[in-house]
Amino acid sequence: MTNWPVILNIAKTHLLTKFKSTLTAALGVTFGIASYITLVSFMTGLNTMLDDLILNQTPHVHLYNEIKPTAKQPVALYDDVQQSFQFIHSVKPKQNQKKIHNALPILNYLKEDKNVKGATPQARAQIFYISGSNELGGNLIGVDIMEEVKLSNISDYIVNGKPEDLKNSDSGILLGAGLAEKMSLKIGDRVQVSTVKGDLFPLKIVGIYQSGIADIDNSQSFVNLKTVQRILGETQNYITDINIKLNVIENAPVYSKKLSSLFSITATSVNEANAQFETGTNIRNLITYAVSITLLIVAGFGIYNILNMLIYEKMKDIAILKATGFSGKDVQLIFMSQAMIIGIVGGLLGLVLGFIFSVLIDHASFKTEALPTIDTYPVSFSISYYVIGIVFALISTFIAGYLPSNKARKIDPVKIIRGT
Amino acid sequence: MNLVLETKNINKHFLKPKDFHVLKDISFSVKKGEFASIMGKSGSGKSTLLYILSTMDTEYTGSLYLNNELITGKNHQELSRIRNKYVGFVFQFHYLLSEFSVLENVMLPAKKLAEKSHQEIEFLAMEKLKMLDIDKLALQRASRISGGEKQRVAIARALINNPIILMGDEPTGNLDSRNADNVFNIFKQLKEEQGLSLLIVTHDEDFAKKTDRIIQMEDGRIVS
Ligand SMILES: Nc1ncnc2c1ncn2[C@@H]1O[C@H](COP(=O)(O)OP(=O)(O)OP(=O)(O)O)[C@@H](O)[C@H]1O
Ligand SMILES: [Mg+2]
Repeated sequence: MTNWPVILNIAKTHLLTKFKSTLTAALGVTFGIASYITLVSFMTGLNTMLDDLILNQTPHVHLYNEIKPTAKQPVALYDDVQQSFQFIHSVKPKQNQKKIHNALPILNYLKEDKNVKGATPQARAQIFYISGSNELGGNLIGVDIMEEVKLSNISDYIVNGKPEDLKNSDSGILLGAGLAEKMSLKIGDRVQVSTVKGDLFPLKIVGIYQSGIADIDNSQSFVNLKTVQRILGETQNYITDINIKLNVIENAPVYSKKLSSLFSITATSVNEANAQFETGTNIRNLITYAVSITLLIVAGFGIYNILNMLIYEKMKDIAILKATGFSGKDVQLIFMSQAMIIGIVGGLLGLVLGFIFSVLIDHASFKTEALPTIDTYPVSFSISYYVIGIVFALISTFIAGYLPSNKARKIDPVKIIRGT
Repeated sequence: MNLVLETKNINKHFLKPKDFHVLKDISFSVKKGEFASIMGKSGSGKSTLLYILSTMDTEYTGSLYLNNELITGKNHQELSRIRNKYVGFVFQFHYLLSEFSVLENVMLPAKKLAEKSHQEIEFLAMEKLKMLDIDKLALQRASRISGGEKQRVAIARALINNPIILMGDEPTGNLDSRNADNVFNIFKQLKEEQGLSLLIVTHDEDFAKKTDRIIQMEDGRIVS
């Protein structure tokens, strides 16, 4: 049977008469929680942005023909020699075409599949860009631009011009930003491309493409699928890559295996292609939590010290309370309540402050060449950070309050009253 | 027989700094409505005994009864409640909670007991303060009143739950003779008007002589 009104009233009186100490302790918690909220929001925002940067340009499943040696060499098919040792020297990949030989049936299959959000065909070609005396190596990706716009956010990365311009132009090109700069080209200019075989084709620049990743921007440009097929002298079914977006990204590894065996084709899922990004994300999270927990531990020590001091000062009061019938548990609850009040008030203030900081950062201007779609710092707002924040605050103040309050519970009133 | 307090063979040792037999075979009782005083030389064990009787000290052998109920061996939670409801205690030094008002100090044990509403408790507390002639100080902070006034506040607090016995450890020790007389008269009045039992440790011969019975202690024993 705990008499909460009395206990809380005593706790409140203690806190108010020691207002400065209370404030110091509460601000410690506020600072810890606000830092946590700000850090985690900012770090996660950054993580998401960096991940998106890659993920948006990486299909969930990528189908292509990889040039590699046949896994099962012909000799293995030959029964007569199975009992003997087999030596094969200088194994070379079979002369293989880059083209996906059954691309159109695969595309049809993918269109029917419910797991698939969309599949876009691409034809890649190695070419040289020629402008005046400049000659730069690179590749040309033939795409169905309107499909790409639907499935990826390629349109975010077209910094000049519009996707429609490419669609409406048979010999249009979305030139990589790095290339445009190197060759001093701008929209409306012409650029010549030369195939490996030496054929020259003039193309008209209808837009500039900037992904933010220098390697890509320095070598890659987009044209219509038909344009690549024409440049290479290939037919309409010349497709080298199929990019697939799934409805559920988590299914990518399984789905990619399935496609690979179904069509005997190389299929890589986004997970294989970008294994390193998860590591980066994890490390950034680790740093965020390590810093926040450190701050909260510091705040916890503040509370611990202040309660210890308070209990030392209030020794006589504790003895009186116990002598007049308050139990050790009541006394402990009085001091626990003080810790928890400090934790709750400090924690809530911390949430508010953290939110304000996050909003400020979210509105701070952040312009960089490399990231054309970003103009303020990325901040992630999620209710879960605030829930974790307040739970953090409560747990740390609980621990910080428990130890001193337990000491108060054990104080022997006789000793205090005797004055020893 | 109507015994409010009874002890049987209470013995207590202090083990530190060395074994010291401070209370030896204490057996005595206090009747309902009796005003008893304890006297004895300094160091004879009076305070030590009183702490045991008030249930604050549990390290002893023998048995203690309050209202004919065995108290010895109960846990701390139960002892707190017994102390809250049945025992009033006044210290030599008027221990009040200095951050609370006089009225709040008096009300606190009753609020802890939680048998009455806030209004009733406040009304009763004001009555006690009036009886002790300090009702004008009710809203003062407890740290801002005189020593004699503090002692009376402490008595009012000890009485708020209408205990069966009021114990005091030299409650007049720090008061001048006029204030000491005052406190004695209040005790006398409580005994006569409300049939309260009192057990008061004192060094004041005059004070003790006016009580119903003097319990004399010497070297940890009751000698008369
Ligand atoms: N915590 C303790 N540890 C060891 N010895 C103690 C302790 N408390 C008291 N004593 C000793 O026990 C004896 C009795 O002490 P107590 O306080 O009961 O005396 P008293 O009769 O109340 O004296 P006074 O009249 O001066 O208040 C004293 O000799 C004292 O030194
Ligand atoms: Mg004493």
